[in-house]
Amino acid sequence: MTEATLFELSSPGRAGVTFPEPDVPHFDLPDESLLRDDLPLPELAEVDVVRHYTALSRYNYSVDTGFYPLGSCTMKYNPKINEDTCRLPGFLFTHPLQPIETVQGNLLLMYQLQEWLKEISGFAAVTLQPAAGAHGEFTGVLMMRAYHKARGDHKRVKMLIPDAAHGTNPASAGMLGMTVKVIPSDSRGNVDLDALKAECDDTVVGMMLTNPNTLGLFDENIEEVIRLVRDCGGLMYGDGANLNALLGIVRPGDLGFDVMHFNLHKTFAVPHGGGGPGSGPVGVSERLADFLPAPLVGILEEAEGETPPLYGFVTPKQTIGRMKAFHGHFGGGLVRAYTYIAMHGADGLKDVSQYAVLNANYLAARLRETYKIPFDRICMHEFVMEGRVEGTDVRALDISKRLMDYNFHPPTNYFPLIVREALMIEPTETENKDTLDRFADTLIKIAEESKTNPELVKTAPHTTPFGRMDEVKAARELVLCCWLPENYSNE
Amino acid sequence: MTYIPISPKERDAMLATIGVESLDALFQAVPAKYRFPQMNLPPALTEMEAASLLAEIASSNENTRGDLISFLGAGMYNHYIPSVVDHILRRGEFYTAYTPYQPEISQGTLQAIFEYQSLMTALTGMELSNASHYDGATAAAEAVNLAFANFRGKRRKVVISPTVHPQYRETIRTYTQGMELTLAGDDAAADLQAAPEALTPLIDVETALVIVQYPDFFGRIFDYTRLIEAAHAQGALVCVVANPTALALFKTPGAMGADIVVGEGQPLGLPMWFGGPSLGFFTTRKQYVHKMAGRLVGETVDSRGQRSYVLTLTAREQHIKREKATSNICTNQGLLALASAVYLSVVGKNGLKQVANLCYQKAHYAAEELSKIPGVGLCFPQPFFHEFAVCFPKPVAEINEHLLEHGIIGGYDLGQDYPALKDHALIAVTEMNTRDEIDMLVEVVKEVLS
Amino acid sequence: MSNTPTTLKYAKSDEWFDPATGKVGISDYAQEQLSDIVFMEITVSEGDEVQAGSQIASVESVKAASEVLSPISGKVVAVNEDLTNSPEAINSDPYGSWFVQIEGGDGSELMDAPAYEKHCEERAH
Repeated sequence: MTEATLFELSSPGRAGVTFPEPDVPHFDLPDESLLRDDLPLPELAEVDVVRHYTALSRYNYSVDTGFYPLGSCTMKYNPKINEDTCRLPGFLFTHPLQPIETVQGNLLLMYQLQEWLKEISGFAAVTLQPAAGAHGEFTGVLMMRAYHKARGDHKRVKMLIPDAAHGTNPASAGMLGMTVKVIPSDSRGNVDLDALKAECDDTVVGMMLTNPNTLGLFDENIEEVIRLVRDCGGLMYGDGANLNALLGIVRPGDLGFDVMHFNLHKTFAVPHGGGGPGSGPVGVSERLADFLPAPLVGILEEAEGETPPLYGFVTPKQTIGRMKAFHGHFGGGLVRAYTYIAMHGADGLKDVSQYAVLNANYLAARLRETYKIPFDRICMHEFVMEGRVEGTDVRALDISKRLMDYNFHPPTNYFPLIVREALMIEPTETENKDTLDRFADTLIKIAEESKTNPELVKTAPHTTPFGRMDEVKAARELVLCCWLPENYSNE
Repeated sequence: MTYIPISPKERDAMLATIGVESLDALFQAVPAKYRFPQMNLPPALTEMEAASLLAEIASSNENTRGDLISFLGAGMYNHYIPSVVDHILRRGEFYTAYTPYQPEISQGTLQAIFEYQSLMTALTGMELSNASHYDGATAAAEAVNLAFANFRGKRRKVVISPTVHPQYRETIRTYTQGMELTLAGDDAAADLQAAPEALTPLIDVETALVIVQYPDFFGRIFDYTRLIEAAHAQGALVCVVANPTALALFKTPGAMGADIVVGEGQPLGLPMWFGGPSLGFFTTRKQYVHKMAGRLVGETVDSRGQRSYVLTLTAREQHIKREKATSNICTNQGLLALASAVYLSVVGKNGLKQVANLCYQKAHYAAEELSKIPGVGLCFPQPFFHEFAVCFPKPVAEINEHLLEHGIIGGYDLGQDYPALKDHALIAVTEMNTRDEIDMLVEVVKEVLS
Repeated sequence: MSNTPTTLKYAKSDEWFDPATGKVGISDYAQEQLSDIVFMEITVSEGDEVQAGSQIASVESVKAASEVLSPISGKVVAVNEDLTNSPEAINSDPYGSWFVQIEGGDGSELMDAPAYEKHCEERAH
């Protein structure tokens, strides 16, 4: 049963939250020609608003409701303490342009977070400004371009990207007019070294690599891959989406990456919010540090005796510029990630990755007999299997939809593109063994159902509040705004 | 403290199923010399200790509710946030949900965003809205991407008014540095007293997009209709960067003929949060929908005939178009779009008008009282909304220092960005500023100037 | 089994070319691969010179996006703007839905129907 929209619930004259009368003398508004005629917004009482949104919330699946084995998304549990710390008034009600003396707490937090992320990733410098992973990627690619330009090297226009890469990688390179050269993966799921060697020349900007890759596999030749790219003068970009496998295990900076974006809303438990906001800090090696976006947080005056250091904003010498207004996703992302890292410490973070990898391998071991997992080696925090059942025409899409009948959110579908009917499964470390067993048992059951009762699977879901959507109708008959009841805008 | 629910016994059983000896054994593929690095981080805290630490850090700040009176705007505004907003945002079903790629179990998020799209369309006077961008600055940069894609790269000039927010202009420059575009008009030394039509000579058949701000960075209200007509006569598109609270009272950019209206949605129920996260709204006309970046929620029916909502026209986006996409954007500011929708629902048509009127009245009172001080004047004669530029006979830094000693954050020092506006401050007044606070501002300024 | 009229010529990138009229469209195999088409845009104008293999249009379905490439080099003498209003016609009538009309060659370098059918079979898995 669909909930009515705000506009349908509206009734002229209903008031929600109201405000005091002006406490100052009256000033006329400007000439009528500058004013708007009507304001067609809804009129609802507070109780109407609360019931409406409470009803809507009940139609949502969420981490707080159940398991979300979405590969590449790291849907780990979002600690509640983070919700409280990011809402402290000292954080909530500070203006980004306030005098720095009045916000030393914020600046200290940002500075320390920069230092912690450097320590975790092995990079020389970190910016906290980018708003999301894709934003961080764009930042990284801009820096790579600026680096070559600053060296007077204008030949470099080619970006090497593996076939398993997330779509944001080529899109970021495309935004800067670079040519994307796709490097295939070999039969063990590693970057094909011969194909890579053939492309490494002096027109290479660099390589954008996710490691572990989107198959969940740690590249067995990672040192060689990086060496090949660096030897031809290219830079190594690391897509940090899969960092949940690497905390305390290996540092991308140590391996030779030059630049990497973090996804605080994946690895560091910042909640996904139904699609955002994210937070995408970027770490860089020494040779890219001068190109970071401005401003960074730095120490303007060193500590002296009892006086703490004075934190403020600094501009990197050859900065690419500003990626957005103000400083980054302070409230939503940075404070939560800071709280999370403070509570885990080095050992806790290593536990996170070890158990994330344990859980993924456990699920793979339980499912290997039933579904084809194309790459037969230990995976990292996620793995990809083919969503097909031998002897039936049931596909990944159908299996996904049927999982919903068992109260599981489906895994990532049809990505990466290099595996047929791909289902990418990432359990994360915050799931217990019972949940994992139930999930594996359910997938095995669905495989059986596909053989004995394929129609049931192909027409799933059956028990969810809504069924499969007519996506063609949505696209062909574009309706992007609520229908307004007749005479809606009249006073 | 961690959140891992697996006991040592369970761990060992799982290792046995996998067929490895230990957790460390799962990481053989990692080069030995880099494996298991020492990370120099402070020792782990329990929840109690973390709560205490963060409280200490937060209270070492001086904030604009408990500690300081603020007259600072310049892109982020101190508005009242109704209680209801955060209560809804704190529902786990909303904030711990993922992107609604599985619509059957995400109708909460999808309908909320669909309603958000409708509300922003109504507010701006445009035809459709996407599900949001990171902030107003990046939304403006995405407008450039749209215009560029619209003309298929044949038009490579963008005209930007110097009275667009300096940080927005910087962001646009950063975004477009690889696109071989000419950016014109963006000159801080330009004549700031000139009318918007002064940009007209810069607009030609090479121009893809013209960008102006409403109210502009100095708080001024202009009717851009004539400028927009001039731009359209050259075949160029126009993007207006608008303040959403102002739109409760003033003529919409849609009514002026704008092609794209973007802006910062923070004033609609989001805290200032030291600058982020915030909300970039993006609205436009139907004919540009296929070139628009960002998520889009559309209405449809499900297999049971129920009206429902789904992410649509997804083929525009990076996961399908890859390097041919207009933009690489993946997220929208989901939870914050929800916040702004809750805000707009609970203040409603009349509440928003009240807020806007309070801002207008109080700002005009502040402007009048300040301009009575000898040596202090208003820089610009045009109508303004809730911000105005004031010129002082002394440096703004000196005045602000004195104000801070009295617990007041003064206006934004315009001399930082505009050489012609040294000793000028941008003062913002919202419904949160009482008459007493405004009177105090005036008193302290009088004091420092005497 | 896709439909492949013998009066037409075919490019490897799945466009068809009618030597009699100079009209260009996409094949039955192509529309099947894309499935429900929701948007189509012609990216060249009347009078433009095009090279074989350069983009003349783009097509979007619910789950994919594809570039339509010119099968031959020549001059665009007409564009079918009507098709942009009813992109679903490409699915229901791929050979009756033309995108552009090009003057400049007879398409003899392109594949004939049997060769194109074989090309499609080889790709199906």
